[in-house]
Amino acid sequence: MQTNFTEAQLADPDIAVANQVLRSCVHCGFCTATCPTFVLLGDELDSPRGRIYLIKDMLENDRPATAEVVRHVDRCLSCLSCMTTCPSGVNYMHLVDHARVHVERTYRRPWHDRLLRAVLAGVLTRPTRLRLALMAAAPFRRLAGHIPGRGVLAARLRALLGLAPAHLPARGAGGPGTYPASGARRGRVALLGGCAQSVLDPGINAAAIRLLTRLGIEVVVGRAPCCGALTHHMGRHDQAMADAAATIAAWDAEIGRDGGLDAIVMTTSGCGTTVKDYGFLFRNAEPALAAAAARVSALALDISEYLTRIDYAPSRPAPGVTLAYHAACSLQHGQKITVEPKALLSRAGFTVKEPAEGHLCCGSAGTYNLMQPEIAARLKARKRAAILATGASVIAAGNIGCLTQLGGDGLVAVHSIELLDWMAGGPKPAALG
Amino acid sequence: MIRQPQPKQEILARRTALLAELAPMLPPDGLITEELRLRPYETDGLSAYRQPPLAVALPETTEQVAAILRFCHRNAIRVVPRGAGTSLSGGALPMADALVIGLMRMNRILSIDYADRLAVVQAGVTNIGITNAVAAQGFFYAPDPSSQLACMIGGNVNMNSGGAHCLKYGVTANNLLGLKIVTIEGDILEIGGAHLDAAGYDWLGLLTGSEGQLAIVTEVTVRILRSPEGARAMLAAFKANAVAGACVDAIIASGIIPVALEFMDRPAIHACEAFAHAGYPLDAEAMLIIEVEGSVAEQDALLDRIRAICERFDPISLKVSNSVAESQAIWKGRKGAFGAVGRISPDYLCMDGTIPTSRLPEVLERIGAMSARYGLQVANIFHAGDGNLHPLIMFDANDPASFHKAETFGADILKLCVEVGGCLTGEHGVGVEKRDLMGVQFSETDLDQQRRIKSAFDSRWLLNPAKVFPLGPLADAGEAAVAA
Ligand code: SF4
Ligand code: SF4
Repeated sequence: MQTNFTEAQLADPDIAVANQVLRSCVHCGFCTATCPTFVLLGDELDSPRGRIYLIKDMLENDRPATAEVVRHVDRCLSCLSCMTTCPSGVNYMHLVDHARVHVERTYRRPWHDRLLRAVLAGVLTRPTRLRLALMAAAPFRRLAGHIPGRGVLAARLRALLGLAPAHLPARGAGGPGTYPASGARRGRVALLGGCAQSVLDPGINAAAIRLLTRLGIEVVVGRAPCCGALTHHMGRHDQAMADAAATIAAWDAEIGRDGGLDAIVMTTSGCGTTVKDYGFLFRNAEPALAAAAARVSALALDISEYLTRIDYAPSRPAPGVTLAYHAACSLQHGQKITVEPKALLSRAGFTVKEPAEGHLCCGSAGTYNLMQPEIAARLKARKRAAILATGASVIAAGNIGCLTQLGGDGLVAVHSIELLDWMAGGPKPAALG
Repeated sequence: MIRQPQPKQEILARRTALLAELAPMLPPDGLITEELRLRPYETDGLSAYRQPPLAVALPETTEQVAAILRFCHRNAIRVVPRGAGTSLSGGALPMADALVIGLMRMNRILSIDYADRLAVVQAGVTNIGITNAVAAQGFFYAPDPSSQLACMIGGNVNMNSGGAHCLKYGVTANNLLGLKIVTIEGDILEIGGAHLDAAGYDWLGLLTGSEGQLAIVTEVTVRILRSPEGARAMLAAFKANAVAGACVDAIIASGIIPVALEFMDRPAIHACEAFAHAGYPLDAEAMLIIEVEGSVAEQDALLDRIRAICERFDPISLKVSNSVAESQAIWKGRKGAFGAVGRISPDYLCMDGTIPTSRLPEVLERIGAMSARYGLQVANIFHAGDGNLHPLIMFDANDPASFHKAETFGADILKLCVEVGGCLTGEHGVGVEKRDLMGVQFSETDLDQQRRIKSAFDSRWLLNPAKVFPLGPLADAGEAAVAA
């Protein structure tokens, strides 16, 4: 597409990137068809191509974000389905990230919106605070269904309280530290702690550590607070970059220690997409940081990629369990990992079903289900119906957001790693009873 | 920029009042009026032409469409219907004083009848959406434009869209049974139905390909077909465009009708391979995708005969797909071809002309010579089996001179198509893009007769005007020519 930036605008490296993204879009409209919000809302403005156009107009005219534009950018799930579909290779992720920062900098949201965002950014990314907050919210959980009102505020409150688990899992294994390989050491990896996941379900990383160490891999879990993905998607650039830089520093130190790292492994695919993009995010940082960021990105792998690389094999007989594999968007679109998770689950002895419309997001999308509860609920219902149609009652997925969104009411949602660990000698996942 | 009729000042002047009256006819959120939010609707798949509309309406039912049209008719407001906005001929290009009616929210499958092999769907269902809905029962909807993932059936009807597999199954017109339409007066009519032919005039034939100028289509009854037992594609690589062209001609002349016979030249092969990783031959100057279907024995027999023909043309390589996944990748590359060319050049004009297949080698050589003369690169991707060319002319949209050259080059290609006995459009429609070239193909008498048909449906020329017919001397859409 034609663009209209001045030479002065293009001198800004971020605008230069946006310009390159916009130039590569040929406006063919293919991406509209696989965009969850376009499928639901049927409006060009809620499609990738429409958002690209709105963003283009805003950036070219160097205009502060306005309510009309923010509405449609906010509705984007950042599921990146559009990037999988786009034949022209348009990097929508970099464009929408840029737009979100622009929105944060130039648009004043209504007070309750600002408050919610500040709370989420401050609490979800800090495990201790999240723990406290969830404990405080638990007694009010039952009230969620009784909050009256149809406005966005009431809906968000309901969604927020609904998120609080009835019983917070105990602080389990999987915290920061070094977990030595059992037997001869075949490799050494760093495992991302995962800020919210470590509180909501510490069992996921515990399973990853058990499995990896059993397979002869030493696992280092760092103390870095948060990878920055969550705040990055909210356009809170400074906080995201600070968190990411701390994470990079911690891992880069491990790269230089004790035989180095074979990989940086993640069980939270939402984080994985961002960690793999550190090299891009820090491209203009001071050289040492930029280089460290690139090193970290180059080592980053989803747990399913790493297990495939080290040739995961089960040790127990096939369990006779049928699963529906739910492809988290951050895996299938963000990281283009589509084959490995299913292959591993089949290898482990599960019968794996694939729900129809697998490319559509379940609506979880980081904090999306809290910010846009109405669209999220419609996507959730659609996804659950597709899963139920497979006949499976267990969902396997590689991202905690999806698990929380989809589990319950007759469907048990389990992280794939817990299933793989089980079949390789670990305990049966508690959720399976 | 393309010449457009003057917007009606009285409409622009009354904009606020008119829109206030229109809003209650639509669901909340169904009328877009703010300047910033109208921008993304200013263009379609032909983004070189742009014009924000008066407003955009997003109705959800046929009755709402009828109410809006009645209102527009009463107030003489021009109307531009829009589906997915994937038109490559600017079929959905708005006008400053026109209301865009987007049918994207009418996206439900209404009924499927496997016994009688038909489906009734709303206009905003995507082309692939029909096949997806019936695939589990072993059926499909045959016409498959490259944009089938996104383009909507209402648009397919209005453009009489084709696709790779039309060589065997025919274009949209051959796969339609009925339509529900709304006239500009707001009357709802049913045309055709669950049976093949109707008494009286063939309205269905007239409305198919009418480019949104006669009525707005809100529901479509399509023929669905049993899926073939299987299909396999062969990739044949050649040393020159004209050689591949000659091979196409030989295949067709032999009497074999493959289900699809597609052509790509070197730039296209490289762009599509980068997107689809389909194993295209990167050392070739030109490649054919030849697909056959039926039982395995049938496929083998046909592929053997085709291979023997290809071998006469000194191919670089001949490769048959071994798996469903491989075939899918081959088609993913071909169907994403126009977008994938964006990887080489972000701006291109996608031409759409048809020629007799016997003239393919000559036409390809002449296009090559023009490309050298204009200094603009061309990627050739097209449905070779039915002689439907899609040369993509690459230019730099940030350089107006380059765009102008591309337009002239495009017009020359289309004139060449007519000169060798072909026509201006294969499947993308005339739209605005080829409007001013209609005189190359038709005499004024021909055009006037066509204009009278438009007038019979829409005497005030409110429906998608300024498309299809060359603008009159007064920059009117054409109504003046037949007013007398
Ligand atoms: S599919 Fe890609 S090139 Fe086409 S409109 Fe969407 S982003 Fe642009
Ligand atoms: S990221 Fe997802 S929701 Fe956002 S525009 Fe792309 S497909 Fe649509």
